[in-house]
Amino acid sequence: MKELSIENLHVTIADQKIVRGLTLRVPRGEVHAIMGPNGSGKSTLAKVLAGHPDYEVTAGKVIMDGENLLELDPDERARRGLFLAFQYPSEIPGVSIANFLRAAVQSRLPEGEELEATEYYARLYEKMELLGMDRSFTSRSVNEGFSGGEKKRNEILQFAMLDPKYAVLDETDSGLDIDALKTVAHGVNSLRGPDLGILLITHYQRLLNYIVPDHVHVMVAGRIVRSGRKELALELEERGYDWAREDEREMATS
Amino acid sequence: MKTETKAVDIDRNKGNFSYDVAHAYDAGIGLTEKTIHYISDIKEDPDWVREFRLKGLKTFLEKPLPTHWASKDLEAIDFDKIRYYLSGGVQPKRNWEDVPDDVKRTFERLGIPEQERKFLAGVEAQFDSEAVYSNIKKAVGEQGVIFVGSTEGLKNHPEIFRKWFGKVIPIGDNKFSALNSAVFSGGSFIYVPPGVKVKHPLQAYFRINAENFGQFERTLIICDEGSELTYMEGCTAPKFNTATLHSAVVELVALKGAKLQYITVQNWSSNVFNLVTKRGIAHEDAQVKWIDCNIGSRLTMKYPGVIMKGRKARGEVLSIALANDGQHQDTGAKMIHAADETTSNIISKSISIGKGRATYRGLVHVPKHLKNCKNNTECDALLINSTSRTDTYPAITVRGTGNAVQHEASVSQVSAEQIFYMQQRGLSEAQAMSLSVNGFVNDLVRQFPMEYSVELKRLIELEMEGSVG
Repeated sequence: MKELSIENLHVTIADQKIVRGLTLRVPRGEVHAIMGPNGSGKSTLAKVLAGHPDYEVTAGKVIMDGENLLELDPDERARRGLFLAFQYPSEIPGVSIANFLRAAVQSRLPEGEELEATEYYARLYEKMELLGMDRSFTSRSVNEGFSGGEKKRNEILQFAMLDPKYAVLDETDSGLDIDALKTVAHGVNSLRGPDLGILLITHYQRLLNYIVPDHVHVMVAGRIVRSGRKELALELEERGYDWAREDEREMATS
Repeated sequence: MKTETKAVDIDRNKGNFSYDVAHAYDAGIGLTEKTIHYISDIKEDPDWVREFRLKGLKTFLEKPLPTHWASKDLEAIDFDKIRYYLSGGVQPKRNWEDVPDDVKRTFERLGIPEQERKFLAGVEAQFDSEAVYSNIKKAVGEQGVIFVGSTEGLKNHPEIFRKWFGKVIPIGDNKFSALNSAVFSGGSFIYVPPGVKVKHPLQAYFRINAENFGQFERTLIICDEGSELTYMEGCTAPKFNTATLHSAVVELVALKGAKLQYITVQNWSSNVFNLVTKRGIAHEDAQVKWIDCNIGSRLTMKYPGVIMKGRKARGEVLSIALANDGQHQDTGAKMIHAADETTSNIISKSISIGKGRATYRGLVHVPKHLKNCKNNTECDALLINSTSRTDTYPAITVRGTGNAVQHEASVSQVSAEQIFYMQQRGLSEAQAMSLSVNGFVNDLVRQFPMEYSVELKRLIELEMEGSVG
């Protein structure tokens, strides 16, 4: 089964339990949204999937297309098709977007095979156009001095160029004005398809008006407390996270 | 993030090989007046040079090691165990065909003849103490440009040579300039006539091949009024078990309106003491620019300087130092403003890997009576591991009013988050490190000629490979 499957995942950082028994399946071709209040462990989940070394997985499994993801280094996970759009992307001074992406695309080619430069640039410019980015962007250092919107757009550009099998978008909507949000959503929607599974992590329902999910999950205190179709997002928006917190308390005491 | 230190395997460096070469002339180990006479006899020095050498020896013996401010590691140099002169003869060849095979294959392996064909206006290749090859493209020679070894320069062009030799850097400037004055051999002598703009760079390549050996080349470059020159030097040595000493003196003179650019890429093996004095004089409206790139060595001490002697003269030092495990790069710049409206610019970038240590020492001097002088200093240090070290010692004396000085310093660390970000895009940890370091030096490397910037990037990648645990 082609899916990203998370089973009973437990994660700690510095002995603090952040994710506490989370189970979730994202098949290819579907868009799943995780919503939750601050501190619910959403961003931790994103980083753990990508293999951030600060977090410790104490129990559970993460299987991507049949392969145990947790045994792989972050770069191996990436090359096998997992992409994370960061909430706070790092700056890399002196390294241009063109060179960075080139190195990233090159890292996916078999040993000894060289990236064809003309094709690469043609593809890069095509994706940039899709995201309403000026070509001059390619010579700027990665994320250095970027506005919040530029950073997020740059994440989606990388998403588009690296052609992942599963993409985790961590608060991609935060810090975006409505126009930037629409552009980013347009970019993501154009990438949707039967070969791609998307996990959207967001605090607000707003993003889900533009990237409409197939499933919505509510995460509180380190686990999924409620799952439903896209209407769940609207209900949550109306009733607030306290409603979901009650669910969590019920789960904890049952 | 794992950032454990692992020693870099220098063996991968392309300079790490040596062939057995029989030397016809060997001054033996140790340094006495006898050594000086041996060298002077072989080189058939004129009397004034012999006297200059003897004075150098006397000064060298009198001066203490500068360990009151510099590294105590200098005490590890055993001056009595070093061979001060080794050569197969004093006459450099004009044609690679005439260079003895055992020496020629070293330079072929280093790619020098190929580079000469591709993009250089002239090449000098020094093997241990003497230039073995020295040639300049015909068109450049016909413009009156002189490019020969220092031995040949002082013999065949004494009227120019003697006028400037030892004037920019006097014998007693420091202990190592005195040592060089005593036993100097090899190095380049270049004269560019007024108004001549040499389009392609001239290059010298200094190769240490022998163990327990000291290389003391002496370079003197004079750019006459309105002329332009770019000179590049490359240096390598194989990895020996015992310390090897490289102690050069480089003097540059840019007369009125001349532009002189001196580029160094040194890739010494990790047992070389590299103690070099480099200084230029810029006359009115002239420019002296040092681009200095130091990789490898056990200890490098080098502070290229510019004395801005004429109005509107300009001095510049752009330097990159990379200190790996067991290495100390003690580098910097000296800017002496000695006329009105002079400007100087120092940009220094250092990278410390593992237990490597980088030190920046800067001296900027603007005396009280001068007007409208400007200095800009930027020094940035990048630390790769938690055991890496960097120190900055800027000394800026600016007196009087109407002069402007700007100093910026930064220390940054390759952050675990940055590496994780790059890994998430598919780069291995080592690739991520190397990309990040290349980014750090990128704005400086862009000023290098293409061939050198490619080489430098490759060298950085090699050094970074071993830096991740």
